[in-house]
Amino acid sequence: MNAAPEYNFAYLDEHTKRMIRRAILKAIAIPGYQVPFASREMPMPYGWGTGGVQVTAAILGRYDVLKVIDQGADDTTNAVSIRRFFQKTAGVRTTTRTEEASIIQTRHRIPEAPLKEGQVLVFQVPIPEPLRFLEPRETETRRMHALEDYGVMHVKLYEDIARHGQIATTYAYPVKVADRYVMDPSPTPKFDNPKMNDCPALQLFGAGREKRIYAVPPYTKVVSLDFEDHPFERTRVAGSCELCGSGGVFLDEIVTGDDGARIFVCSDTDHCANARDREAQ
Amino acid sequence: MYVAVKGGEQAIDNAHRLLASERRGDLAIPELTISQISSQLALGVARVMCEGSLYDPELAALAIKQARGDMIEAIFLLRAYRTTQPRLGDSVPIDTSAMDVRRRVSAVFKDLPGGQILGPTFDYTHRLLDPALMGEGSPGEPARSGDGARIETPRVLELLDRDGLVETSPRDRDVGAADDLTRTPLEFPASREQRLQALARGDEGFLLGLAYSTQRGYGRTHPFAGEIRIGEVEVFFTPPELGFEVPLGTITVTECEMVNQFHGSGDEAPRFTRGYGCVFGQSERKAMSMALVDRSLRAAELGEASGAPAQDEEFVLSHCDNVQATGFVEHLKLPHYVDFQSELVLLRQLRAEWEAERAALKTPAGVSLREAAE
Repeated sequence: MNAAPEYNFAYLDEHTKRMIRRAILKAIAIPGYQVPFASREMPMPYGWGTGGVQVTAAILGRYDVLKVIDQGADDTTNAVSIRRFFQKTAGVRTTTRTEEASIIQTRHRIPEAPLKEGQVLVFQVPIPEPLRFLEPRETETRRMHALEDYGVMHVKLYEDIARHGQIATTYAYPVKVADRYVMDPSPTPKFDNPKMNDCPALQLFGAGREKRIYAVPPYTKVVSLDFEDHPFERTRVAGSCELCGSGGVFLDEIVTGDDGARIFVCSDTDHCANARDREAQ
Repeated sequence: MYVAVKGGEQAIDNAHRLLASERRGDLAIPELTISQISSQLALGVARVMCEGSLYDPELAALAIKQARGDMIEAIFLLRAYRTTQPRLGDSVPIDTSAMDVRRRVSAVFKDLPGGQILGPTFDYTHRLLDPALMGEGSPGEPARSGDGARIETPRVLELLDRDGLVETSPRDRDVGAADDLTRTPLEFPASREQRLQALARGDEGFLLGLAYSTQRGYGRTHPFAGEIRIGEVEVFFTPPELGFEVPLGTITVTECEMVNQFHGSGDEAPRFTRGYGCVFGQSERKAMSMALVDRSLRAAELGEASGAPAQDEEFVLSHCDNVQATGFVEHLKLPHYVDFQSELVLLRQLRAEWEAERAALKTPAGVSLREAAE
């Protein structure tokens, strides 16, 4: 191993890719179901996107255009690191423009621009099991999914209402996919949940450390869990972006001075740049 | 005015250049060589090979150098390399009875065929810092006895097994089809092979703590160190096109067989049970911890489960891997602005509602809170 090691296109060997693609196909066939897969040890740490990276590597082709975001931004360090990984190992074209990308790997956000048919959104997932914090045992949660036994989740949401007057879950807000499986949307803010419903793009979820892949096929019903008298409410983001003036988008809060002064800016950097370009014209 | 956080790429490059420079340190001090690390820090190399699941002292030493002595980082580096290597086949199970032993001790018999061999051990050293090691020097020739021929050392548990005093080892089963933990996802309940693989790769400190907890009463197993042996074993492989075994080379392993709490029933005469540990290189602490935890994880099988942490298969096997654990713990360093912002919005809203309610009640906050609690 003196010479620089030669890696296969997109790092993973073809047998591994085939194994992952089979898991993806199964996941698409059973929307919202967590498919166990033989997750590989990747050259980046567990919890830093190994699942998303494996899914992207398995579906990436030479003519794909890849966008990688973290917190909605293309320039956050881990997004930069993952984008570079694929530039180096696959040599594919990358972009920051949502509408140009054929594959978008994301952590914690769904882009503001509506996704289109033919696009694939790959989520990085830390804990794929929506019931995990209610029941720590995998043997138990798999049984609960099999029996569609989701009572414990409704009890949790009800207890939230009893204690806080509303459902106090603001991210990783559980959804029901195609009227069957309760699914963790990954730690995206619940602001993004409505974008998952009836989405023209394919949504794939990869959890490397937990060795699970799941999927929401295009145009699939995705419903955020709620009660008739306490319907799901999207986080209301007050105000508009300091840089581009956009309203109705997810805003990051930035502390700008020692006196605690704050401004709000778009979390989606591509959306923000486009809005500023349009204004400049 | 706020400046957008551009320049992530440049920051990453600069951070890595600084890292490389700090790793090398003072240029006036000679650089560590790989052979220095593999020969003089051999126990560290053994740990990296064991938990990295790759027997290669040279690459393990390189990993330690690159990781600046951070063992878990070195294990991670070795694993990330290992995962790219093709799997050509399974070796023939190693025969530790045929081990060329350097050290072999039993805590259950005072003397036994082959004898007690202390070998290179820290045991019975007085832990006094040795100022002589501040400089360079030669430790002198080690003492030798015999003609250098291999000493026959039958396994202690086989001696017990001959009289039916300990359960028979399942090693005659077809282990050729053992699952590879790195190629198939772990599912519960795990097979014994998967469990032993997971423990062999598991974090030494985590297993040590769990093993210790069983000794302090959280799932006691009444262990005796039946035998600990360290030495070299030959690894054989049967290429399908040849159909006979060919030697691949020699590896150093540490094996520990614990003799535990006896069991029996109406159908079965009482006999001791076993716990098994086996690791690359010289690491008695890890092998012994593994053997204790292996035995604890058999609690359900043997009908003695009491809810102790070391008896809980999902708990132990899901959390013993230090590369997984460090990745997930350290991922908290990654930005979580978006989720935090969502929580801020909710918390501000809840606080506003709380203030409004309190104002409406027009009672001192302390009073209303106390009433709510009662």
